[in-house]
Amino acid sequence: MTTMTIAKAINEGLRATLGRNPKSLLMGEDIGPLGGVYRVTDGLIGEFGPDRVVDTPLAESGIIGTAIGLALRGYRPVCEIQFDGFVFPGFNQITTQLAKMHARSNGNLTVPVVIRIPYGGGIGSVEHHSESPEALFAHTAGLRIITPSNAHDAYWMVQQAVDCQDPVIIFEPKRRYWLKGEVDVTAPGVADDPFKAHILRSGTDATVVAYGPLVPVALAAANAAEEDGRSVEVIDLRSISPLDFDTVTASVQKTGRLIVAHEAPTFGGIGGEIAARISERAFHSLEAPVIRVGGFHMPYPVAKVEEDYLPDIDRILEALDRSLSY
Amino acid sequence: MGTHLPSTEFDGTAVDDQREADAEAVMGQPPAQMVQLLGPDGKLGFDPVFTEYAEKLTAEALRGLYADMAAIRRFDIEATALQRQGQLALWVPLTGQEAAQIGSGRASQPQDYIFPTYREHGVALTRNVDLAELLRQFRGVSNGGWNPQDTNFHLYTLVLAAQTLHAVGYAMGIQRDQKLAAAEAPGQGKESAGKEAAVIAYFGDGASSEGDVHESMVFASSYNAPVVFFCQNNHWAISVPTNVQTRVPLSNRAKGYGFPGIRVDGNDVIAVHAVTEWALEHARQGKGPVLIEAFTYRVGAHTTADDPTKYRQSAEEDAWRAKDPLLRLEKYLRSEGLADDGFFAKVKSDGDELAAYVRRTTHDLETPDIRSAFANTYAEAHPLVAEELAWFEEYSAGFAGGEEPAGQAGKAGH
Repeated sequence: MTTMTIAKAINEGLRATLGRNPKSLLMGEDIGPLGGVYRVTDGLIGEFGPDRVVDTPLAESGIIGTAIGLALRGYRPVCEIQFDGFVFPGFNQITTQLAKMHARSNGNLTVPVVIRIPYGGGIGSVEHHSESPEALFAHTAGLRIITPSNAHDAYWMVQQAVDCQDPVIIFEPKRRYWLKGEVDVTAPGVADDPFKAHILRSGTDATVVAYGPLVPVALAAANAAEEDGRSVEVIDLRSISPLDFDTVTASVQKTGRLIVAHEAPTFGGIGGEIAARISERAFHSLEAPVIRVGGFHMPYPVAKVEEDYLPDIDRILEALDRSLSY
Repeated sequence: MGTHLPSTEFDGTAVDDQREADAEAVMGQPPAQMVQLLGPDGKLGFDPVFTEYAEKLTAEALRGLYADMAAIRRFDIEATALQRQGQLALWVPLTGQEAAQIGSGRASQPQDYIFPTYREHGVALTRNVDLAELLRQFRGVSNGGWNPQDTNFHLYTLVLAAQTLHAVGYAMGIQRDQKLAAAEAPGQGKESAGKEAAVIAYFGDGASSEGDVHESMVFASSYNAPVVFFCQNNHWAISVPTNVQTRVPLSNRAKGYGFPGIRVDGNDVIAVHAVTEWALEHARQGKGPVLIEAFTYRVGAHTTADDPTKYRQSAEEDAWRAKDPLLRLEKYLRSEGLADDGFFAKVKSDGDELAAYVRRTTHDLETPDIRSAFANTYAEAHPLVAEELAWFEEYSAGFAGGEEPAGQAGKAGH
């Protein structure tokens, strides 16, 4: 076991991949000598050279589009998009080309491109630097979307994404980049399947589902609830597409109550999808409506008021109160 | 006429002159800087760079270029007829662009990889794509239709210019393959470094306005990627003329990216072949990208759903018909004694045979099962797809034996 931050864990995961697979390469803006704006690729260009760690022109469509071409030639490109709000110039390539190439070719072609996107708020930044656009991608068939919440997962999930035959988007919780955790670099252990949800905390009164940056918040809320004598189960979704409905369903069948928390706006979001599925799969187990805790239907607000926007411990506890009052 | 200047050597004609040249071009007059070897009169001219390449074409190769152009024109007529008969949902005709497509396609080598738009039926022919497979997309039975790994001819891309970036990325992969091969077998020289290959990215004058074309040229230039950008300027992006897309000859844009740009008479199959061969060599030798603008004309409609009479004069179409790529090569072949009546009769009967084959196979194209769409959404197992397929199977089973579907849907409710 080694203690490292999430950022360092991704760095080490990428280093392991580059060392193991000569066809893997990293592409992105400022990922070379600078090591990326979050230093996630720090030191890699020195070790693997500029053909494997490619500083690209500032063009997101260009990054994704050329990555598709590299993948068609047999390479495993890992693209870094600098910030969540800057992925949209590449949205066309991701949704009309990357997601559909395998289907368009009747299964003859695969495009195993990985796209890393630092996402989420809470860093006091300017516009376009704090968004959570995962639902926009989850709606597109052909993509896989994962989001680690801890260092061990981060280390393994980035490598598993590169090994996957399908395109994978990794949403990285940027405000947790410096969160430290134990990493077993010898074996993934419970993290052997990147598309499975993990039950982080067992409980009997209600289930809280969260992912990415809100996982520590959900755990803290569960701890606070315990002091009031409420037993809350916490699930780290880990994968948004595919979504591990089996794990969530089994939990709700046990607890009867479900709260889903994410930073993204609740309208049209992942929470709504989970609520709909769970109402179909576990209707008779539900003691209360599924309650969503998330962002408001507005552009991500300015930094000075983002604390009023972001779900926190109290907002999850308030939702828990509402759920338990049914 | 007959001379050219690659844009790296372009001396910077005043913008107004360029506009004038382009305005002339839109009116149907070829501008000054355009490579042309075989004129509409069927006479072969001279070019200081490209004549050398043209001279490599044997009589047999020239006859082959004619036969290919005739075959794809016959195919185009047949596909248009199939659309009119309701056998195809849509057809994208290429008539007028045969020389641009056959000339460039025949200049490529098997190890090169081609990224077409959705009108490159002529290039598909040169890459040995089964033309019946090419119709699958237009019959609505596939979004692709062939396996690009068999022919190095990629699937058609309908989102304009998206494929230009794929082409550059693919070319970046070729560069890395060569380095990996050299690293694995050091000291064995170029032979062991893998067959040198290049990529061709096709696009049109309309798509030249797309941001992806710009980004692809920036990436290609930055990494010196072995890619040839082949722009067929067919003068009309559905209903909008080229001068709305650009105020300068498109080939001049290459100068801004720092690689050669050449305008070639796109109705001159000999010049197109020569220029493309030169450009592919240039790319394969590690000298970087080239932009070719093939100056041609879409004689027919954009698609079978289009009506050109609403936006252009028939006189313009007539003027371009006079520059027909097949007619001028026929004149040349006959005047030089390289082909006789027997050859042209054979070409015609081969074309009719191809048309019959396409007609027959189109009728027989199998409608796929939607289960193949479930199977091909992801390469690896996906629980949601599996769950929805299972539901679909159960739902479908409810109709077995010709039972009324009513009631089943509600019962099976997903």
